[in-house]
Amino acid sequence: MKHPFEQAVKRHGETVLRVCRAVLGPGADADDAWSETFLAALKSWPDLPEDTNVEAWLVRVARRKAIDVTRARARRAIPSDSLPEQVSTLGIPGRDEYGVWAAVAVLPERQRLAVAYHYLGGLPHAETAEIIGGSPDAVRRAAADGMKTLRQIYHSGEHTKGAPR
Amino acid sequence: MSDITPSGLNLAADRNQGAEHAALFPIEPGTMTDLHTRLAAIAGEHGLLDVAYRTIDTPVGPLLLAATEKGLVRVAFEREGFDTVLETLAKKISPRVLEAPRRLDAVAEEIEEYFAGTRHAFDLPLDYAMSSGFRQIVQRYLPHIGYGRTESYKEVAEHVGNPKAVRAVGTACATNPLPVVVPCHRVLRTDGSLGGYIGGLDAKTTLLTLEKAA
Repeated sequence: MKHPFEQAVKRHGETVLRVCRAVLGPGADADDAWSETFLAALKSWPDLPEDTNVEAWLVRVARRKAIDVTRARARRAIPSDSLPEQVSTLGIPGRDEYGVWAAVAVLPERQRLAVAYHYLGGLPHAETAEIIGGSPDAVRRAAADGMKTLRQIYHSGEHTKGAPR
Repeated sequence: MSDITPSGLNLAADRNQGAEHAALFPIEPGTMTDLHTRLAAIAGEHGLLDVAYRTIDTPVGPLLLAATEKGLVRVAFEREGFDTVLETLAKKISPRVLEAPRRLDAVAEEIEEYFAGTRHAFDLPLDYAMSSGFRQIVQRYLPHIGYGRTESYKEVAEHVGNPKAVRAVGTACATNPLPVVVPCHRVLRTDGSLGGYIGGLDAKTTLLTLEKAA
C-alpha cells in the first residue's frame, strides 16, 4: 500500500473494535487485540498489494490477534481461593448503556463469531465459514439467529429494519 | 458502467447496513481517540512510525506538520490540501504515516513562539528528504537569511555560488517543503515586490510584517 496508514485506522478502526469486542467481550482484552491488530497491520502495510480489501484484511488480522489474546489470557490465569473485587459495569454513563456488548458476549459461541465476522467485520458467509468451520449456510443461519436474539433483547422496535429476509 | 448498476445498488445497501450496525453496536465517545493515542505510542516504540503528523492553528491558517525519526520533514499550508500532502509523503517517504502529535510537540511549541514574536530562529532537527539537488542547496541556505531581513532571488543565487540560477532559486523557494521554518518568505524580487509564495501572498505578507514589527 502506498496510501497513508492513518486512512486505514480512521476508516476501519471502529469496525475492528466491534469485531474484537464481539469475539473477546468489551474491555481491556478487546482494546489490546485492537492495538495488536493495527500494530501488525502497520508492520505489513508497505508490502500489502494495492488491490487488497483493507477492511476484510484487517478483520482477518484481528481474528488472529484475538486468538493470541485469548491464549495469553489463559496463560496469565492465576488460581485463587477468593475472587478479586470487580468494578461494576452497570450504570456507567456513556459506557455500553444498552448492554449491547454484554448481550453479544452471552450469545452461543458460533452465533457470536458469525455475527462478529459477517455483520460487524463484513466478511462473506463463505469466508466466515472457513474461519469458524461449518457450511456457509449453517454460518448464515447462526449469524441471523444471533442478530435476531440481539434485536429481541433490546432496541425492540427501534432498529427493526434489518436486512431483508 | 453507470452508477445505477446492480453492484452499485448493493454497495449502497451495504453502506446502509453498516450504518445500522454502527447504531446497534455503539462505541463510547472518546474510545477511538484513546486507542489511537496508544497505537501511535506503541508504533513509535517499535520504530514503525516512519512519518508522524499533526495540525496546528496559526495566524496564517492551519498548518500540517510532519516529522520522520530524523526530524521535521514537511510543513504545509491548508491550501496545499492536507490529504494530498499526506499521500505524497506516503509515496515519497513511507506509507507508515500516523497522526501522532507527541513527536511534533517541540515543533509546535517553536512555531507558536515564532508567531508570538519571541522566537527569531528555529532550533529543530530538519529532514530534507522531500527535496534534492540544487533545490535542497538553496533550502539549506535560506535559514542563513536573518530574522527580519530579506534577500532577492538574485542575491540568493549569488550566495549559493550560482549567480545565473535566479529562476532555479525561485523554483527552490516555491517547492520549499518546510515553509515558515525554512524562511523562503524572506526572499523577494529585486524590485522589492513579493514574488510568489506557497502559502499565498497574504501569508507571505503576514510573516514579513510579523518579522518587521520585532
